Amino acid sequence: MRRIPLADAAASLALLAVLLAVWWAASHGGWISRVFLPTPEATLASLHEGLTTGELAAFSAATIWRMVLGWGLASLAGVALGVAIGLSAAVRAYVQPMLEFVRPLPASALLPLAIAIFGLSPTMVLAVVAFGAMWPVLLGTIHGLVAVAPRLQELARCLDLSRAAYVWKIGLPNALPDILAGMRVALTVALIVSVVGEMIASQSGLGQAILLAARAYRASELFAGIVLLGLIGLASNALLALAERHWLKWQQP
Amino acid sequence: MVERLRAWCVPLFLLGALELYARTVAAGSDAIAPPSAALLAWFGAARDGSLWQATAFTLGSAALGLLIASALGIVGGLLLGLSPRADVSSALSIELLRPIPSVALIPLAMLVFGFGLRMETAVIAFAAFWPMLILARAAVRQLEPRLLEVSCMLGLSAWQRGWKIVLPAIVPRLFVALRLGVAIALVVAVTVEIAANPHGMGYAMMIAQQGLDPALMLAWLGWIGAVGYAINGLALRLQQRVARAMGEAP
Repeated sequence: MRRIPLADAAASLALLAVLLAVWWAASHGGWISRVFLPTPEATLASLHEGLTTGELAAFSAATIWRMVLGWGLASLAGVALGVAIGLSAAVRAYVQPMLEFVRPLPASALLPLAIAIFGLSPTMVLAVVAFGAMWPVLLGTIHGLVAVAPRLQELARCLDLSRAAYVWKIGLPNALPDILAGMRVALTVALIVSVVGEMIASQSGLGQAILLAARAYRASELFAGIVLLGLIGLASNALLALAERHWLKWQQP
Repeated sequence: MVERLRAWCVPLFLLGALELYARTVAAGSDAIAPPSAALLAWFGAARDGSLWQATAFTLGSAALGLLIASALGIVGGLLLGLSPRADVSSALSIELLRPIPSVALIPLAMLVFGFGLRMETAVIAFAAFWPMLILARAAVRQLEPRLLEVSCMLGLSAWQRGWKIVLPAIVPRLFVALRLGVAIALVVAVTVEIAANPHGMGYAMMIAQQGLDPALMLAWLGWIGAVGYAINGLALRLQQRVARAMGEAP
């Protein structure tokens, strides 16, 4: 691990302090209306109050749970489907062009369709989260399996490995970097779709909370929600980066 | 030729199955319509102009947001790439701000700008800014050090160095970043419209669903997919052409 020199850390903190000071001055000096920009203290107070006495903690837990569950389902489905498609060149020839077409489709565009079919339920949001987050994992798995070195494939044939053994011992370990990269993107997608789903399907969570706060012009609560969502994004990314480093240790020289 | 045919097999089969299902089992459903009815609804929307209006709004705000994001991102990326001091001191702030999901800013943009073009553009610009910044910085970092040495030798000022040496050298990489930005801008634009903003393709699709018009809803879904596919394809083509024109291996 790289050590960060003390002077650099100090400079980093100094810039952050300057940004916070600008925020403080902008809200206190009335440069920007308090309707939009609450003071840092008010945001902190809302955060504290929401987490201790209010519902903010429960909302955060609901959003995190939705995100993690959807992401987990997406990862499982993505790897399973990816293995099925990636193993066979014939299946790829038929399916891959369609995947390329569906890939740029925004996951949130499926929300209206899902609402029409499933109604406004938590399961509906979860299904869209899982479906939207599945694509990066699926495409990563396919790419990783196709990119297995030809020598390894020949070796597997020489050893007379069964299909399952090939996938388990050669295919998946080789595809692991691609799968993990896909899972990282999937986590971001899962958070975004969870928040959008909560907003339009009125499921309790941070997405709904910040939308209601904005409609009621309670800017400090809105900012508290945004801060929490930022922290969720930061923490989930950091955890996954840690896991990635652990699982890909063998790859580093 | 055979490849082309194969590519169409699965989608056509799925569409045929949906057509059959929607005409028999789910006839008269409020949720599902046969693809043929969706095609008719698409023609209807194209004839009365609502299709083009909504498409123009979505693409226009995506383009405007991307323009703002790339201008700020490229300038910021040049700064961070060329000055190690600026880079280390901004690292913490960037790491804290970047993970904020762009959709979390939808309510804030609503509060500040109200509904319309400006709020959608603001959210798109925020979402596309970070990848542009990070990729522009990386592009400067991967610059051939000789070029910077040459600019030192020639005694160029910082401004001349940025404009005459660095910027032309990173153009191909900037277009790679732009291609990614295009994909993000389109996705965020449709998402903002579905979540809040009453304009554009996303909203048209929401309204079709709420008006229990599944044919029109499916028509919009297919159209959003087709537009996204076409724009992403064009962006890829543009990036490859620029790379070739600038003398890079494609």
